Amino acid sequence: MSSSYEARFKVWRGDVQGGDLEDFKVEVNEGEVVLDIIHRLQSTQAPDLAVRWNCKAGKCGSCSAEINGRPRLMCMTRMSVFTREETITVTPLRAFPVVRDLVTDVGFNYDKARQVPSFVPPQDLGPGEYRMMQEDVDRSQEFRKCIECFLCQDTCHVVRDHEENKPAFAGPRFLMRVAELDMHPLDAAADTGLDRKKTAQDEHGLGYCNITKCCTEVCPEGIKITDNALIPLKERAVDRKYDPLVWLGSKIRRRSSAE
Amino acid sequence: MSVVERQEWDVVVIGAGGAGLRAAIEARERGARTAVICKSLFGKAHTVMAEGGIAAAMANANEHDNWQVHFRDTMRGGKFLNQWRMAELHAQEAPQRVWELETWGALFDRTKDGRISQRNFGGHEYPRLAHVGDRTGLELIRTLQQKIVSLQQEDKKETGEYESRLKVFQECTVTRILKDERGRVSGVFAYERETGRFFVIQAPSVVIATGGIGKSFKVTSNSWEYTGDGHALALLAGAPLLNMEFVQFHPTGMVWPPSVKGILVTESVRGDGGVLRNSEGKRFMFDYIPDVFKEKYAQSEEEGDRWYEDPDNNRRPPELLPRDEVARAINSEVKAGRGSPHGGVFLDVSTRMPADVIRRRLPSMYHQFKELADVDITAEAMEVGPTCHYVMGGIAVDSESAAARGVPGLYAAGEVAGGMHGSNRLGGNSLSDLLVFGRRAGWHAAEYAAAQAFERPEVSDMQIDTAAAEALRPFSAEGPTGSEDDGPRPPENPYTLHQELQQAMNDLVGIIRREGEMEQALEKLADLRVRARRAGVEGHRQFNPGWHLALDLRNMLLVSECVARAALERTESRGGHTREDHPTMDRKWRNINLLCHLADPTGGLAATDPERGQINLVRETTDPVRQDLLALFDKEELVKYLAEEELYQ
Amino acid sequence: MATGTEPHLNSGGVRTGTRAAITAPHLRTDRWWLAPAVTAAGLLAFIVYSTWRAFANADYYAAPYVSPFYSPCLAENCETMRGGPNWDLFGSWWGISPAIIILIFPLGFRLTCYYYRKAYYRGFWMSPPACAVAEPHTKYSGETRFPLILQNIHRYFFYAALLVAGILTYDTVLAFRDENYEWGHMGLGTLVFLLNIALIWAYTLSCHSCRHIVGGKLKHFSKHPVRYRMWQWIGKLNARHMQLAWASLVSVALADFYVYLVASGVFDDPRFF
Repeated sequence: MSSSYEARFKVWRGDVQGGDLEDFKVEVNEGEVVLDIIHRLQSTQAPDLAVRWNCKAGKCGSCSAEINGRPRLMCMTRMSVFTREETITVTPLRAFPVVRDLVTDVGFNYDKARQVPSFVPPQDLGPGEYRMMQEDVDRSQEFRKCIECFLCQDTCHVVRDHEENKPAFAGPRFLMRVAELDMHPLDAAADTGLDRKKTAQDEHGLGYCNITKCCTEVCPEGIKITDNALIPLKERAVDRKYDPLVWLGSKIRRRSSAE
Repeated sequence: MSVVERQEWDVVVIGAGGAGLRAAIEARERGARTAVICKSLFGKAHTVMAEGGIAAAMANANEHDNWQVHFRDTMRGGKFLNQWRMAELHAQEAPQRVWELETWGALFDRTKDGRISQRNFGGHEYPRLAHVGDRTGLELIRTLQQKIVSLQQEDKKETGEYESRLKVFQECTVTRILKDERGRVSGVFAYERETGRFFVIQAPSVVIATGGIGKSFKVTSNSWEYTGDGHALALLAGAPLLNMEFVQFHPTGMVWPPSVKGILVTESVRGDGGVLRNSEGKRFMFDYIPDVFKEKYAQSEEEGDRWYEDPDNNRRPPELLPRDEVARAINSEVKAGRGSPHGGVFLDVSTRMPADVIRRRLPSMYHQFKELADVDITAEAMEVGPTCHYVMGGIAVDSESAAARGVPGLYAAGEVAGGMHGSNRLGGNSLSDLLVFGRRAGWHAAEYAAAQAFERPEVSDMQIDTAAAEALRPFSAEGPTGSEDDGPRPPENPYTLHQELQQAMNDLVGIIRREGEMEQALEKLADLRVRARRAGVEGHRQFNPGWHLALDLRNMLLVSECVARAALERTESRGGHTREDHPTMDRKWRNINLLCHLADPTGGLAATDPERGQINLVRETTDPVRQDLLALFDKEELVKYLAEEELYQ
Repeated sequence: MATGTEPHLNSGGVRTGTRAAITAPHLRTDRWWLAPAVTAAGLLAFIVYSTWRAFANADYYAAPYVSPFYSPCLAENCETMRGGPNWDLFGSWWGISPAIIILIFPLGFRLTCYYYRKAYYRGFWMSPPACAVAEPHTKYSGETRFPLILQNIHRYFFYAALLVAGILTYDTVLAFRDENYEWGHMGLGTLVFLLNIALIWAYTLSCHSCRHIVGGKLKHFSKHPVRYRMWQWIGKLNARHMQLAWASLVSVALADFYVYLVASGVFDDPRFF
């Protein structure tokens, strides 16, 4: 089997004024990933083909695109997952405004990032005095593996299929950020009167999530966004508002403390 | 010429990696209105690729650790060429900088008693690297990014605007640092990658934190951003570069498949027990322990293996020698025909640790090999070989203030600054370097800017026009005609030029250097410079990677020339500079710095004159190391490094 | 492939005007429709079967086995089950099948279960049918308002499901009798019941609410080592929540069907001892 062959590609080219899938035939060598092919197109056929990329090792989350309709990192999609006969379609992320070719305006995500109140350091601890147990940081550490490729934000139908929901919904990445901070063993938000569980529901649109798990499916870091962040966050919101025993417990406690 | 938008800020930080963000945070907290300009999206900087950890003598894992030991390790690693005051400040301040990250929300791996866990690394006497699995760089960048967001949230509360005091201009490239007629920094000229629009930021202070130069080499662990922009900007602004011959080749990069060749395999693989073997199955590193390190490293496999459990009574295995030693050893093994099938050597953890431990401690490595090379590192050995990783040389700076020499208002921190690491950097010292000197650069840049409040430097229209013309040239490239009968030559493809440059640097100024080859390299660079003037691009200015590369070529060519000229000049082998024709370290070179200056100090377009070369090299003798710092070493050890006269001062 | 060269006419979703002008609702080339189709078919089959059995009001008791659909049996019109789970709480006014009284609870538990929600939102409601495949609805408010905001009462159903699982455990213990209520016997039905109750418990305990109550709500695991251990254990089960949801759905139908077969006289329960 020869290690090199010619593949057929369709790459979306255009900008906000319009565009189309353009056909390319391009050489593919053993061990290559889709990003290599896009680079080959750049250096041989389309020097102005716009694409974002950085580390080429799945660590920076820049080269997000949709390959055969599925949100993926181009640098982590090996050509060997496709047959040689297949035409491979590469388009920009379809949940965000397009800038040019494969580059989209991901500003939505940066806006949302700003709306999540930051970590609140505990007042009584100085630098070097933090003591946290590994089991207490494990959960938040999983969420901090996030490379912010925004594939989860792209695939989430809440905003992908409903532009009008963008103002009200932070998206999986930033709901996960809320969960991360709420599970941080030393976050002192509560001391400042900030209830992250409440803001998750009231300000970041947790209720829009219908846990259909596409975010988890596309996460290149394998973070269990739905099971470990979103559902626990929903459960924490339930604690506050809907749990019968918690409600009863707080009634009794209030009464006994009043006596 | 079209009107270029101008904005006024106090401090401009170029680069949003660890050093840039730390500088920006410091400058903003000290009251300066701070703008950060970065080529990529905010939070994507190359710092995310750092895997192993942040070196800081917190003594959480071994109580004997302190800043003096860290300083000593750093000087040894750099073969005593380090700007010693930087190494001292670095060792002293690193723990504070790490702890500070925790107060901004960073979550490092923990010790049993809840403190920050620290791991072993090459060249460090004690376990010293604060880490998060093998994604420490990501944690660092995210923490700094979130700290910036938190400052912006404060500003929003006070002023109603997120970006009133601290703004990130993402996906923008700076092409020139501007100066006023008194030679002070007056701002930067930049373009937006997305639209191609030019803009000028007027500011009395500029902090350069653009990272390294790896993209001038073919096999590199660096991303596309690492085109030596900051080095070139400083040179063009009139600041000298220091010891550019020292380029670190990380011993373990992936070698297969070809498309990922060069991608880093973290040193923690070795720190946690991974061993290097050649095709005969031999742990060859025991044959490569140099004399200066003989007493510090295990002489047998048994002792090396015991060290992981009982470091106080055993010496460390030679896999953990400083990176330059390991890289050279691998190079020799491959040359001797004992390499792996794809031209590397074997790095094995599969026989050293249970599979679940590997997956827990080295998750991204597991992932990386599984996804990119179809190799399960819990079951088989990795193939690795040296990859261009880091440049020790850089902008010559003042140790305390990170101010670039010779240009008031210009600061540099992180990889782009030189001196701190001497001839070779220890793993883990880069992240701490970013934090320590990023902070110092931001602090002094803010102070300097405040001092200029009443006589802020001006930016003249002419300067802007010149910079704009330079940036637009690739669109009208037809180039000077060669000989008369050839007629006008066609524009050059910037991608081709880039590939040729990378190949030349890799082959001729790579890990092992020879005089003749470096002379050849200089000729090749001259040729590429001529052709680069004709680098032409298609399309328009909106997000056009061809154009961006054509502009970056100027920087890569400048920096490559510095590396080649300095490497040719230094006739010894030390750290990240290995001469086949001068294979030993020479004590006479210990206190010699090589400074690169721009041949045309006006920094105008004439600087790109192809014929005579752009760089002048100057030798400089360094200040003697302070006595109390020298006293941290044994006399016998110092004899190996210091010249006679230095010893008896 | 339908792609436009013009910008979108702003028809919403992936065809919003500012997004890349691609008219196809999705470009997936794999069989993305398979999973939702299978899910929908499976759920539909269970709904049809359980509706028939729940309203049948017959063949649900064959001593010593009681169908899990009819346990506990709380109306006067229940068949007598000696020592079995029938308590006449509702009296004689309840005229229809007594299964209806009790089935609310397990059904509600499953209906509000985080896994089943995903399954039917995708399979039936196509919201979304598969990842990166455009959903057909023009408006979407998720679980922010009535009626779907009621999904939050999953916690109540979890507590109820614990009781139900307890009763089914009791039924399984009773299955160690023979048809004459003598203890110390075992038949094929006993095995079916054992399998079913094991899966029911595994499914119930692997519930996300359970995981939360047991430990997930804690901020500091290190201060609650026992709950942390339990949380980890339930986390492992929880990772298989989907498989357990299906397995227990099948097993409960199977247990009921087994009782039906024996009760309607298709065959006699094979006795081991």
